Amino acid sequence: MPPVKTRLPAIEGWFTLDEEAPALLGSRCTSCGNFAFPKETFFCRNPECQGKEFAETPLSRTGKVWSYTNAGYQPPEPYVAADPYVPFAIAAVELAAEQMVVMGQMVPGVDVGSLSVGTEVELVLDTLYEDDEHEYVVWKWRPVGADRGSSNGKGQVDA
Amino acid sequence: MPDDKRIAVLGAGMHPWGKWGRNFVEYGLAAASDALAEAGIPWTDVQYVAGADTIRNGYPGFIAGATFAQALGWSGARVSSAYAACASGAQAISNARAQILAGLCDVALVVGADTTPKGFFKPVGGERKDDPDWLRFHLIGATNPTYFALYARRRMELFGATEADFAAVKVKNAQAGLENPNARYRKAVTAEEVLASPMVADPLRLLEICATSDGGAALVLTSMEYAKRHVGTDDLVTVDAVSTVTPRFPQTIMDMPNFTTDSAATSDSVGPTFKQSVAIAAYEEAGIGPEDVSLAEVYDLSSALELDWYEDIGLCKEGEAERLLRDGDTTIGGRVPVNPSGGLSCFGEAIPAQAIAQVCELVWQLRGQAGARQVEGAKVGITANQGLFGHGSSVIVSR
Repeated sequence: MPPVKTRLPAIEGWFTLDEEAPALLGSRCTSCGNFAFPKETFFCRNPECQGKEFAETPLSRTGKVWSYTNAGYQPPEPYVAADPYVPFAIAAVELAAEQMVVMGQMVPGVDVGSLSVGTEVELVLDTLYEDDEHEYVVWKWRPVGADRGSSNGKGQVDA
Repeated sequence: MPDDKRIAVLGAGMHPWGKWGRNFVEYGLAAASDALAEAGIPWTDVQYVAGADTIRNGYPGFIAGATFAQALGWSGARVSSAYAACASGAQAISNARAQILAGLCDVALVVGADTTPKGFFKPVGGERKDDPDWLRFHLIGATNPTYFALYARRRMELFGATEADFAAVKVKNAQAGLENPNARYRKAVTAEEVLASPMVADPLRLLEICATSDGGAALVLTSMEYAKRHVGTDDLVTVDAVSTVTPRFPQTIMDMPNFTTDSAATSDSVGPTFKQSVAIAAYEEAGIGPEDVSLAEVYDLSSALELDWYEDIGLCKEGEAERLLRDGDTTIGGRVPVNPSGGLSCFGEAIPAQAIAQVCELVWQLRGQAGARQVEGAKVGITANQGLFGHGSSVIVSR
């Protein structure tokens, strides 16, 4: 059996590393309450607000598909594609509490034919790309109630 | 419209779009010299040069105004260079117009040109984990067609658009572009050919997504007083509005290169979308409405996106674009032809030249010089355009 690779986030600090129930880490303005993802750090993007302080906040883990598509052709760098390239679906997902839309890949194996505007999806961590020692993980969307097998869960994410 | 609120277009010029692989400066110079010749104004009489930048051709592209000015021969003209993604050309027009309306100059030359690489646009090199344009490719693999496809799919689910509608837009534009000597693709296509082309980003196929092209476009813009004196008539094609507004918070439509929208949770109401607001600002500035428009040149980065624009520029209500298309209203000979030039569908995108080229087409249409693609009785035209990072533009031209 090949050695288990260490799982690392593809980008630091953007999501929790809880494999069972991961969440995107956004921010809330302490003055006006505006949500932002990625986290706001300098100045609130609400033009009516002068806020400069933000609290980290996990975003809703589930949402409804706003729209969806797929990547029939391999995206250019800096996307790191598997060889051979395997097309994947992409969804823009509405989060109800935050009233914002977050794009992400769908987990492998989800065909656009199985999606609709309004499909309920949940956030998971899944491999974006890997090298000899590491798997780099990112957030992806998975239809609620779908088989968990598509997220491989080969190891624990190193915090 | 009073003369202190509008400017005249005395010359328009374009270098044909294609994949020529030569230095972008060549295309810009060809377009500029054609525009100057059309205006009957020598280069040395130009007081202000507004360049639209290209970011894929090194330093000369970042200071395009000076690059073109030097290539035409240093003449002491004042100069500016503007980058605003797909709206760069409109930004250059806006700079020239502001100088003229402020009384700082009478004659300005606007030039944009590009030489483009093959395939998907990708971010400039390096590892930049604080650049959303880099991150959307790296973390999601979201190319520009990803966004066009998200909008297209939503049209299908909300308004009942079909793949046949999207193909019909391509067929319409290909037919119009057949007669345009500056278009890159001059070949009629059938709906069957469109629907048989490979799926790039479901539901959009290869023939429905705009290519990247080389090309150049230029305009000679002057004050009204100068134009009347120079031409000897009041019958002029004028620029009555140039809108380059930014979006308003909360921006609730996913726009390139972002992978999240603003949150609307703390807002009492959400206003017009960005693309709508670009056109609204142009209409307000020109003091007219969509009912006054004879024709439009809109940014059909995808076939489906053209339908969004029908609604965004007010040609019909939300959800009615497919009916407008199916009724032939937007075909040459219809009520309000859209993209009689053939649009991006026939040109491919030469970023800094494209918004200028849209205005060139309106100018020739309003003068009755568009040949076989002429829109009869054209009096007022509008352009609409949107690009990355909150850039968009709309220009209104009338005669």
